[in-house]
Amino acid sequence: MSASAQIGTAAPKGFLRRCIFSTDHKVIGLQYLFLALAAVTLGIVLSLLMRFHLVWPNAHLPFLSGGIMTPEQYLALVTMHGTIMVFFVLTTAPQSAFGNYFLPIQIGAPDMAFPRLNMLSFWLTLAAFLCMAAAFVVPGGAPISGWTAYPPLSGLGDVTGPGEGIGQTMWIVSILLFCFASLLGSINFISTAIDMRAPGLTLMRMPLTVWAWFVTAILSLLAFGVLLAGGVLLFLDRSAGTSFFLPAGLVVNGELQVRAGGSPLLWQHLFWFFGHPEVYIAILPGMGVASHVLANFSRKPVFGYRAMVLALGAIGFLGFLVWGHHMFVSGMSPYSSLTFSVLTMSIGVPSAIKTFNWLGTLWGGKIQFHPPMLFAIGFVSFFVTGGLSGIFLAQPAVDIMLHATYYVVAHFHIVMGVAAIFGIFTATYYWFPKMFGRMMDETLGKFHFWLTFAGSYCIFMPMHFVGIEGGVRRYADSSGATYLAALQPLHRFMTIAAFATAAAQLVFFYNFFWSLKRGRKAPANPWSATTLEWITSSPPPADNFDGRFPSVYRGPYEYSVPGASQDFLPQNVLAEEDALANQETPNAR
Amino acid sequence: MPGNVATATLQLNGAGGNANVGAPSGNGGQGSGPSGATGVPQRTYVTGMMIALAGILMFFAALVSAYTVRRGFPNSDWQALEVPRILWLNTLVLLASSFTLARSRRHLLSGDDESFRHWWGVTAILGVFFVAGQLIAWRQLVVAGVYLATNPSSSFFYIFTAAHGLHLLGGIIGLLAVAFRSPRRLARRTAVDVISMYWHFMDGLWLFLFVFLLAGS
Repeated sequence: MSASAQIGTAAPKGFLRRCIFSTDHKVIGLQYLFLALAAVTLGIVLSLLMRFHLVWPNAHLPFLSGGIMTPEQYLALVTMHGTIMVFFVLTTAPQSAFGNYFLPIQIGAPDMAFPRLNMLSFWLTLAAFLCMAAAFVVPGGAPISGWTAYPPLSGLGDVTGPGEGIGQTMWIVSILLFCFASLLGSINFISTAIDMRAPGLTLMRMPLTVWAWFVTAILSLLAFGVLLAGGVLLFLDRSAGTSFFLPAGLVVNGELQVRAGGSPLLWQHLFWFFGHPEVYIAILPGMGVASHVLANFSRKPVFGYRAMVLALGAIGFLGFLVWGHHMFVSGMSPYSSLTFSVLTMSIGVPSAIKTFNWLGTLWGGKIQFHPPMLFAIGFVSFFVTGGLSGIFLAQPAVDIMLHATYYVVAHFHIVMGVAAIFGIFTATYYWFPKMFGRMMDETLGKFHFWLTFAGSYCIFMPMHFVGIEGGVRRYADSSGATYLAALQPLHRFMTIAAFATAAAQLVFFYNFFWSLKRGRKAPANPWSATTLEWITSSPPPADNFDGRFPSVYRGPYEYSVPGASQDFLPQNVLAEEDALANQETPNAR
Repeated sequence: MPGNVATATLQLNGAGGNANVGAPSGNGGQGSGPSGATGVPQRTYVTGMMIALAGILMFFAALVSAYTVRRGFPNSDWQALEVPRILWLNTLVLLASSFTLARSRRHLLSGDDESFRHWWGVTAILGVFFVAGQLIAWRQLVVAGVYLATNPSSSFFYIFTAAHGLHLLGGIIGLLAVAFRSPRRLARRTAVDVISMYWHFMDGLWLFLFVFLLAGS
């Protein structure tokens, strides 16, 4: 014991070193998780304000200076909701939080490859979030150009509207910080997955979660550098008088602008070259955790493990070739549209492989409906629903009609927003016992699942119809348009559903914080799972394995193996030991 | 599914030695000795640097493609920029620094510590000369009245040189860090390898950018 204590790294003493300025990947993972929790709370509040305004545009809101929300204030809500959710929730929680916490443990490593770099990534991300949130309180308020920050609206300064002065500048600075943090993080993730694996843990024995984080990190590495470059150019357009994205002859608010020769299309290309892979950065970790959890609670191996790995890689690769489908109405050549359209639809193939294999994993399994399992099934449901509308949007001819309508909003909220959030919930319910050493309440968890599952469909399914009828997104108030008047009851329904679903999240928050203090003590392996995070104590010691680092002898999902003494074989169990155990107790067969 | 079960059964029955079939050799000896628990395998730093260079490459690729697109717009206001002639000298200096760095590393490998330090220092000085030369080029442009926002060609010129110069400054800091600290022999060997990779990459990147700027002038 004393020998292993010498080998293992002891936790540093003192609250600051242990919990705040820590280089321990577990602490950093939790820091990311709580950052994402704060961000998602803010993001939900912003969306509720928007939903409220869409239905009661003339309501008097006491916290607004004018009392009644202006269109610009609504656009600021749109911008900040999108930016905060995409970057600080959907990128931060699945990859940075859970990936940080569990990738090293699942590969049997004591920490990330570069712990201090890891700490720097988190602090840069926190600085980025604070910079973004501060945009609300600077003169002019938050920017109004959406999470895509299209120039010329975003490129000219406060002449284009309130929030386009200091607010937009802070937005860009925050995004540049975030890019830098993500790049450093991806270097860490990739190096760790390549070089820090336990003896015997070959690539094809890695849990699908590790594969998903690994592929996601590669996407981050290749995508965020491009956004960084584009952000620098946009920053210079705003502050140094260059014209990369600004065409000649712009008249804004009656003022002729002096810039010339640039094109907003250049920004769109740079942005979406990042922006489309970003969608997969948000969803791939959810795919990994869903596969992991579906196998665990079906007591079956993942159906077609190798195909799952290849499909992850194929989605990641194709994700870089389809950015043009965000720009079908930008006036691009129809030949380019056709290319982007075909490539986009080809992503349906690996996506269908994944869905088929998830169902194959469930098929004939001894299914246990714990909350993480429910959320994993919910993930598959939303991924399919949202993916199907993507096939329609991938047709340039259809997209011309549906572009910038609520149909698009419904599509990406279901497939990228809700599905990814369900992935985050899956991970939270599944790994909570490991992270905090206590179990979450099962009944509250199931209650939370059904409310959120039904609520999310109630919010986003009617949105498709609003979009097909021509309901335009980003309009603060469409009550003046007679052709949309018939849709107003639908909007009211969606708003009520949104408030109800948001209220249901209070069940989750209550469960989360109550279980932190009062939850039942968790054993090391409460789910009878096979991967390496379950062979160590809950929560794991400072070096993850108390100096006894595992060797791996088998694949990650050996559930219900015929002839084995129990219905799961942990990855570190030696074949001979198990064979011996079988010989001693022949009746166990 | 049947395949998975078959593999599992095979491993259950196959005793002796089968367990180590999949073990990657030399992954830092984790779990096999005291060094594995806390230390990161040295080659991880090389891996990390290769990955970082891929990220940097994407950043510059985005800038270069933005250059190409911006220049090619049908009604572009692009005016070719006369590249300052001192850049030829700077390029030679940077090329020379790659040779001195390679020479320095060879001396380290053959155990000649003094020559290693000598050529390592020369490389750092050449690096400083390069950055100083780039600043002189900027100064010449400013004197000629060519600023960041004068024309897209000058905008890109300043951005390329600034982005590359900042990256090279990072390399110089790395060179100095190794020069003024004498860490353990193994760690120094790794540091030298990693910094060499970075430096040669920055040299190659500059050659590309320079040729690219020349072609556009």
